[in-house]
Amino acid sequence: MDLPLPVLLSTGHLYAVTGAALVGLGLYAFITLRHPLRQLLAVNVVGAGIFLILGGLGRGPDATDPFPQALVITGIVVAVALTAFGAAMIVRQAQTRAAAKPAADDNENPAP
Amino acid sequence: MSPLDLLMAAPLGFMAAALMLGPSGRWLILLAAPLMAGLALWLALLPPDAAYLVGQWDLPLGILLRADGVARLMILATALVIGAVGLHALAEPPEKPGHAAQAETFWPLVYLMWAGANAGFLTTDLFNLYVTLEMVSLAAVALAAMGSLAAALRYFMIALLGSLAYLLGVALTVARYDTVDVILLAQVAEADLATLLALGLMTAGLLIKAALFPMHGWLPPAHAAAPAPASALLSAIAVKLGFVILVRLWFEAFAAVTGPAALHVLGGLGAAAVIYGSIQAMRQDRLKPLVAYSTVAQVGYLFLAFPLVAGTVEPSGAWAGMTLHGVAHMLAKAAMFLAAGLMLKAVAGDRIADLGGLAQAMPLTVTAFGLAVVSLMGLPPSGGFTAKFLLLSAAIEQGAFLYAGVLVIGGLLAAVYLFRALSACFAPLAGAGPDTASRGPVTGGVQAVAPLALAGLAIVMGFAGTALVDVSAIEAPWATPTVIQPEAAP
Repeated sequence: MDLPLPVLLSTGHLYAVTGAALVGLGLYAFITLRHPLRQLLAVNVVGAGIFLILGGLGRGPDATDPFPQALVITGIVVAVALTAFGAAMIVRQAQTRAAAKPAADDNENPAP
Repeated sequence: MSPLDLLMAAPLGFMAAALMLGPSGRWLILLAAPLMAGLALWLALLPPDAAYLVGQWDLPLGILLRADGVARLMILATALVIGAVGLHALAEPPEKPGHAAQAETFWPLVYLMWAGANAGFLTTDLFNLYVTLEMVSLAAVALAAMGSLAAALRYFMIALLGSLAYLLGVALTVARYDTVDVILLAQVAEADLATLLALGLMTAGLLIKAALFPMHGWLPPAHAAAPAPASALLSAIAVKLGFVILVRLWFEAFAAVTGPAALHVLGGLGAAAVIYGSIQAMRQDRLKPLVAYSTVAQVGYLFLAFPLVAGTVEPSGAWAGMTLHGVAHMLAKAAMFLAAGLMLKAVAGDRIADLGGLAQAMPLTVTAFGLAVVSLMGLPPSGGFTAKFLLLSAAIEQGAFLYAGVLVIGGLLAAVYLFRALSACFAPLAGAGPDTASRGPVTGGVQAVAPLALAGLAIVMGFAGTALVDVSAIEAPWATPTVIQPEAAP
């Protein structure tokens, strides 16, 4: 079962296999990491893997199918928008926590 | 021009206008509510083969919008729910004390959810459905964040994972069939490994979005913490889109692939959701988590209907029961969340035990809550009763007594947990005697009428039974197929 590398490359399977590996890595990180920012990055790795699968599978030996590529572009736009939204929420949560923390500290240790 | 694209374009226009107008953008709902209700009614009355190709691109590249029975009913219910919730929010701005800017951000999100939901109900393109799913999720997460940022962030992460699972399934479908249109897929779908994997991934992702047990964990904290109008939209609309896409996948695109065993897995999860959600709702001592867990239970009925629809040669009864249950739940649950919000504001608490004396202090709101209870429990006459009756007769006809039993027990459990909240309203006020003047303001006006109107519509559905059953059967996948005739270029 040894496929020659040129065949793998020309049919786009290498991209799909790489994409599958990225999906697995991202999923592992999403499950094991607790910090929301790391989870957001993990989800982006999963997304990149999916786009690689989608784009790679549309790649034929002679010509490239434009249909999956149009989907990939739309998907990337959606992913960027959602990542920005998620990052904004994480920043807001950090600000809220930072604003709440010094006040709590002040109560514990009154200023000298 | 056709109502099919206007139903998507108009809310997006309102969203842009609301963003630009800022604080005065809230008045747009006075224009949007009647306009969208009119468009939805126009859609409901269109000839059965109404369809529209966006930009006149032919399939498989183009995106087909199609007004089948499910889309017609869901879009009409969405217009009624968002219209009523919007008018309620106009009179009762959804904000936490000290967060006045929040009320302003509510409006663009409402229109975004409206556009996404309408587009999702109409489109037959799996990738376009992904985009609409993300539009609705984005609006839903932001609405949930108005209540609790932590719960919203948790919802966001889990929803993102669900979206990606769905997207991976779509990618596999593209690779296998080179099309993502539901109607074209129905003609070519085969039960091979790639198809089953794709369907499994898409289903798993959508079950997260639809909050079917055991993927419901994010729902109660997010729905319970949000302001009442936001909770109403989350429970009524956001979870329904995942359900409708699953209907498209399981009964249309991959109807030839899905086997009875897989359908019974979904039905079994639905039955488990009914029991688990009801028991969890009974255990809550605060009102909004109770209503949120009731959503977990009610979503279960939608999936319990899957094996009932597939298990018979004449599925019109079970199909209508499933669709009407979704519509009745939208109306009744939105009414219940709005009423609960008003009641909790009046008593300045969140516990069920705090509700004493409210029946005298705010009769309109408690009546709205009571009517919503009637429909959610499935007491006649109501939309909930019609839906449960259709599902129950389908289950008994097929000898599916387990599902029939869950339908009956679920109704009884709903009675237990909903009447507990309702009876608390009639309890005398502890320590204050019969005097109810101190029980907060007697609210009237639009904010009290909106939940009453929604709950009333859920009841009226019970009288419009056969007409709604007929609408639900339009272009249903099991009905005699009519050739789709996209509108000619103008």
